[in-house]
Amino acid sequence: MAENDHDHDHSELSDIQLRVRALETILTKKGYVDPALLDQIVESYETKIGPKNGARLVARAWIDPDFKAALLKDATEAANSLGHVSPVGSHLIAVENTPETHNLVVCTLCSCYPWEVLGLPPVWYKSAPYRSRAVIDPKGVLADFGVTLPADTDIRIWDSTAETRFIVLPMRPPGTENWSEDRLAELVTRDCMIGTGVPTL
Amino acid sequence: MSNTIHDMGGMHGFGPVEPEPNEPVFHAPWEGRVHAMQRVLGAAGLWSIDGGRASLETLNPATYLASTYYQRWFLGLEKRVVSYGLVGADELAAGHSLRNATPLPRKMTGADVQKPPVRGHFERPSSAPAKFKPGDRVRTVNINPATHTRLPRYARDKEGVVEAIRGCHVYPDTAALDVHNENPQWLYTVVFTGKELWGDAADPAIKVSIEAFEPYLLPA
Repeated sequence: MAENDHDHDHSELSDIQLRVRALETILTKKGYVDPALLDQIVESYETKIGPKNGARLVARAWIDPDFKAALLKDATEAANSLGHVSPVGSHLIAVENTPETHNLVVCTLCSCYPWEVLGLPPVWYKSAPYRSRAVIDPKGVLADFGVTLPADTDIRIWDSTAETRFIVLPMRPPGTENWSEDRLAELVTRDCMIGTGVPTL
Repeated sequence: MSNTIHDMGGMHGFGPVEPEPNEPVFHAPWEGRVHAMQRVLGAAGLWSIDGGRASLETLNPATYLASTYYQRWFLGLEKRVVSYGLVGADELAAGHSLRNATPLPRKMTGADVQKPPVRGHFERPSSAPAKFKPGDRVRTVNINPATHTRLPRYARDKEGVVEAIRGCHVYPDTAALDVHNENPQWLYTVVFTGKELWGDAADPAIKVSIEAFEPYLLPA
């Protein structure tokens, strides 16, 4: 039974490859899509748009209190003021981790995620385990990532149920007082900006 | 459909979250093609972002769970190109085009991609003042529409507090059915305690917020 299921999965996969190719062929023939344009879109997500963009925002907020205030007030405007590689559409919201509260972002209904600053979401973010548990068992989810918070930290979960998008502003780790913005940015992983990680030295 | 498998918040049994080290952006070339086709056709203005979501949510639940993310995107895209008349079911079956195209309302161009693609804007002018303000206690409505909604089941008929007003936005519940029926509504961040959502056994350290459109809310 299990082996049959396995074979089935493989035939499904090759089936979908053929179907995707057929759909692109049909849409191209009809003039609805241009394969060169598809190439450009794929390339921009593979090479240009990723969590480095968000890490720049975080590192700047850590060293520049005015920028931090602007980011927390209107993250769309603040991100675009950096001449960001990927212009941010509506409506980016930055939420700040503090010693009292840790923030965690999820989309229980689908996969809403701030593409412009974090790139496309990882598979786990779109998966049933994360979407189901983040809102009811966030500590268990954090444990899956090897993250343990101090016992007295509150957890705030942001379910992205509309076209607002959330980026977590993590806490700057101690021991980084004299670091440059670029060096700080390297500490800021994608998971830190979703809330499933914390920056560590 | 709203009460189906995509609405996963609070469900049990899916196991641990399994992060993949050094995960690629796309796991196979076809995933990138699906992503890009979705973006290009999405920009044509035939359906709304929520119309796209609805086409995934109406997949058979067993298919939804058995499919990878981009498989779901593809299955939804196939449904939409047929239901909006871009491609015939006979053409999908044949694997090639059998007739000429009908023109699209809009078309994404290379210039759009060079930017690169910017998300659409969803805020709209309001026709009435917001009914609620930060600090107001509200109760979410108990609705179970057969059509698309963005009010998750776990947050229906629950009491929470308005934390922020996010502007007036395209209303997914109507825009999913008709791209022209934007029916803009005020959007709020509403916060619930863990206990309100999950009962007395809930972790007292957690609070959960949803982004709630005004029709989802009543004064508490």
